[in-house]
Amino acid sequence: MRYLPKSPAERRAMLERVGVASADELFHVIPEEYRLTRDLAVPRQLGESEIIDHFRQAAAKNAVGYTSFLGAGCYRHYRPVVIDSLVQRGEFLTSYTPYQAEITQGTLQAIFEFQTMICELTGMDVANASMYDGSTGAAEAIMMATRITGRTHSVVASTVHPEYREVMSTYAQHQGLPSSTVGYDAKSGRVNLDLLDASITSDTACVLVQSPNFFGILEDIPAIAAIAHAKGALLIVSIAEAISLGVVRPPVEADIVSMEAQSFGVAISYGGPYCGVIATKEKFIRQMPGRLAGETRDADGNRGFVLTLATREQHIRREKATSNICTNQALVALMATIFLTVYGKEGLRELALHNLAKADFAAATLASQPGARLLFAGSPRFNDFVLATDDAPSAVNARLLEQKIIGGLDLTRWYPELGHATLWCATELNTRTQIEAAASSLAAAPVEA
Amino acid sequence: MANETLKPSAAPVSGPTPRNTTLGKVRTHPTQNEGLIFEKSSPGKRAVKLPPLDVPEVDPAALLGEHLRADLGCMPEVSEIEIIRHFTRLSTWNYAIDLGMYPLGSCTMKYNPRVNEFIARIEGLAEAHPYQPESLAQGSLEVVSLLEQCLIEITGMDAITLQPAAGAHGEFTGILLVRAYHESRGNARRKVIVPDSAHGTNPATAAICGYEVQNLKSNALGMVDVAELERIVDEDTAALMLTNPSTIGVFESEIHKIADVLHAKGALLYMDGANMNALVGKARPGDFGVDVMHLNLHKTFSTPHGGGGPGSGPVACKAILEPFLPTPVLARKRDGSMTWNFDRPQSVGRVRAFYGNYGMFLRALAYILANGPDGLRQTTEDAVLNANYIRASLEDLYDLPYKTASMHEVVFSDRRQAARGVRTGDIAKRIIDYGFHPFTVSFPMIVSGALMIEPTESESKEELDLFIEAMRSIAQEVEQSPELVKHAPHSTRVSRLDEATAARKPILRWRPTALSSQPVE
Repeated sequence: MRYLPKSPAERRAMLERVGVASADELFHVIPEEYRLTRDLAVPRQLGESEIIDHFRQAAAKNAVGYTSFLGAGCYRHYRPVVIDSLVQRGEFLTSYTPYQAEITQGTLQAIFEFQTMICELTGMDVANASMYDGSTGAAEAIMMATRITGRTHSVVASTVHPEYREVMSTYAQHQGLPSSTVGYDAKSGRVNLDLLDASITSDTACVLVQSPNFFGILEDIPAIAAIAHAKGALLIVSIAEAISLGVVRPPVEADIVSMEAQSFGVAISYGGPYCGVIATKEKFIRQMPGRLAGETRDADGNRGFVLTLATREQHIRREKATSNICTNQALVALMATIFLTVYGKEGLRELALHNLAKADFAAATLASQPGARLLFAGSPRFNDFVLATDDAPSAVNARLLEQKIIGGLDLTRWYPELGHATLWCATELNTRTQIEAAASSLAAAPVEA
Repeated sequence: MANETLKPSAAPVSGPTPRNTTLGKVRTHPTQNEGLIFEKSSPGKRAVKLPPLDVPEVDPAALLGEHLRADLGCMPEVSEIEIIRHFTRLSTWNYAIDLGMYPLGSCTMKYNPRVNEFIARIEGLAEAHPYQPESLAQGSLEVVSLLEQCLIEITGMDAITLQPAAGAHGEFTGILLVRAYHESRGNARRKVIVPDSAHGTNPATAAICGYEVQNLKSNALGMVDVAELERIVDEDTAALMLTNPSTIGVFESEIHKIADVLHAKGALLYMDGANMNALVGKARPGDFGVDVMHLNLHKTFSTPHGGGGPGSGPVACKAILEPFLPTPVLARKRDGSMTWNFDRPQSVGRVRAFYGNYGMFLRALAYILANGPDGLRQTTEDAVLNANYIRASLEDLYDLPYKTASMHEVVFSDRRQAARGVRTGDIAKRIIDYGFHPFTVSFPMIVSGALMIEPTESESKEELDLFIEAMRSIAQEVEQSPELVKHAPHSTRVSRLDEATAARKPILRWRPTALSSQPVE
């Protein structure tokens, strides 16, 4: 087996040192009736070229050569080449959690840079080294808010990504933490502030909204914060499309920001691995889950970095820990750090502006087709938008697929009240030609013979 | 730095010497200094060029109004060559499997095959969107299907979910299944039993699933005390969370009795699969009474640890728990095509958006295909042989608190060295000077001053012999010059960082106000 670095003679010499006749003898501590005496029924050993063929064939069965207008929590952005060059350096790829600070300064300093960039982008004081993704990060943020406030309820906007809400509900229900959902204003597509105000009680630990929300619309964070804070509840802002932060004011009124950093140079990869992150105000740091890198000095006064505030974590606190999280998404956080370094202060703003322009053009072009109109048209938004059509989404999308275009996400499953509605996204990768092609297919109603 | 100090007989640490000596597998060489990326930033430098905008420009103030951002503060402004040098220099400060043996017990630091990285980046797979029509995602779904089949076969279980993002997330999912199962029978039950040898994630998981944690003391062999277990298991016990082989690297030989004791009271057996590298192809948890378990694809199935993730923590279970698996589950339609089934009324719900850390599924499947049944078995045998080889080569110098046969890892104690004032953490720091990553320190907690060594199958006899030589040399140093060990490492860029101050006055981000970082106000 090509990954195993031993010759038969070396194995024999080692068995001799151990004092057994065969490797199998080492497994005699397993009761005989449980020892597997047959081959596992898995495919036979393949050569490297066969492995590549296997996955190339799988890829060929997917949508190859299609134009896509899907966003909805997974965003197509250009990934600069240097990201993969750097994250594939074995020193990053094949090291582990930096518990031994002396020989993991590279990872630790990169995490410190990541934390700094996330703080700058979100307007928070501290950010952790990552969570699994935006959905689990949001669930952990709610648990964090219950610890801080000593209250148990959470109020979640229905404009938060539906799959994030499902995950939050899974986490909350099994811990006996009640949650309620607040609807949106039918005209603006933003959380209904009157309903929100009415749902917050003295038991409410936190309000959780997403901005840009699932419809791509920016929520009124200062107003929502004022409503939450007036009743002693914390505000958690979830961000699924992180590129928006290049041009959108950060949610500085929030107490906790739970972000999905996939947009920062991470491949869509059928939904993962991504990179959640929790950022918060300094005063809440000891209730924050996840790892943190901190700056310190060594015996000679050199600057260095260590994992710190570990007394919050499971390997020290066991059942009293702030979370059970151990392995996080370190390499993906590194991808995000490199992406943010490549784009930088000016590039990130330009990129966000390109997204804004593409989505604005796409929304206007698609909505100008007969039988199509833009929902929530007057609200400020980023790069997702909701299109209403006379035809059912399945019919519209079938027409688009004939032109090798994957249209918007059918919203019927989660928002049936919107009727024939689809959620579209245009990023810097969607060309004007693609947008215009989609618009003409959208309009091409079946011609009766 | 003074290279002479690497020698056991050397003069004091500060003694300067111009010579570069070889110590086993290493000698020292200069590494580059590198500041924080923010300190290299200068307005106007850039590393990106966007294509010209092919749609009309927009006025962000008009579109966003009060939502418009003023600026991006300290975000860096640097050029591409500076970025390459910055992160390359940082990388050289890391130790990694690619550089040498990384015997971090419980973490299974094995070789991460490069073909895995290659296939994970094939365009049709890497760019697949979770919401693209299923008819255009059959390739992605077939990968999920084949990996599920392989993992079910390897574990001997009946059903599986790949949704959990890491081991601890798998534990969470598994205990939710246990809870849902008991609830469906009318009573969620109150407590989960966790042995004192368990990983910290086990009790933390039970607690976040709303269970009271009951600790179970290990017996004199470091194993589950079956009589004690029998005494404490009752109708309020939801499950036992067991790591097998245990964290001292020992197979629970009374595993069938353990399962029987639990099942007799209606409780379930959860297995933490962290140590599955000792069993693949040799024994199957499903055959020895386990009801539900998680796997760590980043341990047993070679997906890279990446400095702390991403991982992937599939949960496999027996048929009785299948109805409760997270939604969606993969199903095959009558026409043979694959589909996600969301119609799962008894499901515990979703534990993560989309379908899990899909990129890790690709890598794990590539690993299984590269091995085949014969390779997987040989891998397990080599992993266990390597641990036993280390044990046989060091047990005369390091105390072995539990003499039970070792599987994939061996746990020594620092009892003999502690008598000279040297603890496991000191030995760990000293082994860095010899060119190795330390073993796991002070865990499991049932061993005082534990040295938990897991070599994995990826080490050659040559590398193991160098490690053994280094450990033997350190044992000698402890006798002859314990101060040398207590002040190690002597060869690294930084040594013995001040962790106390880092925790007392946390500096968790860079601030632009001064050359060095300032504490958070």
